[in-house]
Amino acid sequence: MKNSGIDFDEVRRLMAHATGDEKHDESSTSTLDALGVLYGRILRVDPTNPDWPERDRFILSKGHGPVAYYAILAHLGFFPASWLDDFMDLEGKLGSHPDRVLVPGVEASTGSLGHGLPISVGVALALRAKGLNEQRVCVLTGDAELNEGSNWEAILLAPTMHLDNLTLLVIDNHSSHLPMAPFDEKLRAFGWCASSVDGHDKDALEAALRERDAARPTAVIADIPEGEW
Amino acid sequence: MSGLSMREQAGETTADLLIEDPRVALVLAEISADQFRRAMHHDRSRAVNVGIMEQTMVGVAAGFAMEGFLPIVHTITPFLVERPLEQIKLDFGYQGLEGTFVSVGGSYEYTAEGFTHHSPGDVQAMLTVPGMQVLVPGSAAELDRLLRATYANGSATYIRPSTSSNAESRDVEVGRLEVVRRGGLATVIAVGPMLDRTLDAVDGMDVTTLYATSVSPFDAAGLAREVTERADVIAVTPFLEGTLAPAVTAALAHLRARFLWVGVPRNVLREYGTVEDHDRASGLDTAGIRAQIAAFLGM
Repeated sequence: MKNSGIDFDEVRRLMAHATGDEKHDESSTSTLDALGVLYGRILRVDPTNPDWPERDRFILSKGHGPVAYYAILAHLGFFPASWLDDFMDLEGKLGSHPDRVLVPGVEASTGSLGHGLPISVGVALALRAKGLNEQRVCVLTGDAELNEGSNWEAILLAPTMHLDNLTLLVIDNHSSHLPMAPFDEKLRAFGWCASSVDGHDKDALEAALRERDAARPTAVIADIPEGEW
Repeated sequence: MSGLSMREQAGETTADLLIEDPRVALVLAEISADQFRRAMHHDRSRAVNVGIMEQTMVGVAAGFAMEGFLPIVHTITPFLVERPLEQIKLDFGYQGLEGTFVSVGGSYEYTAEGFTHHSPGDVQAMLTVPGMQVLVPGSAAELDRLLRATYANGSATYIRPSTSSNAESRDVEVGRLEVVRRGGLATVIAVGPMLDRTLDAVDGMDVTTLYATSVSPFDAAGLAREVTERADVIAVTPFLEGTLAPAVTAALAHLRARFLWVGVPRNVLREYGTVEDHDRASGLDTAGIRAQIAAFLGM
């Protein structure tokens, strides 16, 4: 099933329940629009059956600042919204990095940067091996996360494997100490189909995320201007 | 005896499993492409060579595992274990995924390549990963038996082949020590390919000799059954000395005991030469093992 839409006001209200990780507020909020577009307009997921074999897969590679992610999953019904009140508590299931063993809807346990994209390449290969050719794998990284060399291994590998079912979504909130731009040009040089959009423009995000090249992986750079969340 | 090396056997058994079981996947990082050719040619959708990128090799394998496949991952020991250890710890250990890591070139077997290709600490490193099974076969047939027994048994597994083999293959099992012979003076645990030379080393000594291929799970109960009073215990390992200390001492915590850990010393090896040269220099040839055990027992 595909979800009909995301009520962003409700998601923001839910986010306010998960307190204690304010140092990652910027990291979390900068993903909100892109995650909302993904879960509201793009991904085929079923909150009543998180392991539905024919779902699309989403992996939050950067792990940090998962509150917007959690709020969207709760909003969609993957788990009770009350879980957000126990964010980072001993008895809670929602940590400051997501755990796939504990949280329905979370595909991968992340937090250590540079793991999600290589894993996503493996998931994309596995879906193809299973004949699930319509399904997509979308992986979200931060711009600073792309400092990690393991990502560039996977960026090199994915086009050689013709992983048309893989989408890399980079939330570029200009948090990298090292200059990383222009991402889209760099990714195209590696063989990706890449574009940059305003990270708060939901329609532009949807259009870019709907793109699926016949033979190449797709990258969407969601630009969040410096100082904005 | 098949006449295959353990490395060749790993390729053949993997090919058999990939053909027999559609859940099996193979992830290589260039190394041993020849030995795994049959598997690679059978189904390229499940057998991939990612190139020289070991972190991604493990991540890709985790992706396969997350989708229900049983990945077998292979490259040279330090690049399989030490470089991507965080990926093994998190992508497999933390996520509770199933997969089999098969190395080649344990300890200093790549003598001519030097210390960059050595990895005597691989077993110790793998033992830090929660839930990791660690198996050290002593022959190609034992590797075949252990790989078939564990590739789909619900745990992540590390299988450590060696270039040297014991002359006789045994009916090894995961989690079981085998009593090779019994004696009264001390107990010697020989791991994997160290068995034959250990038996030669203790020739004429009245010692119990146990054979271990399963480092984790370790047969603590089996060891405790054999060591009841006279608790002089010696472990002879093809990997870093002392690696078995936590398992062995925990198994015998109820006894007063003395221990000798015979294994690869914690040195940077700057010499090249042959494996036999390194065995001799490390005290892991027959004479070296015998000398260490005799000194420990005051003989």
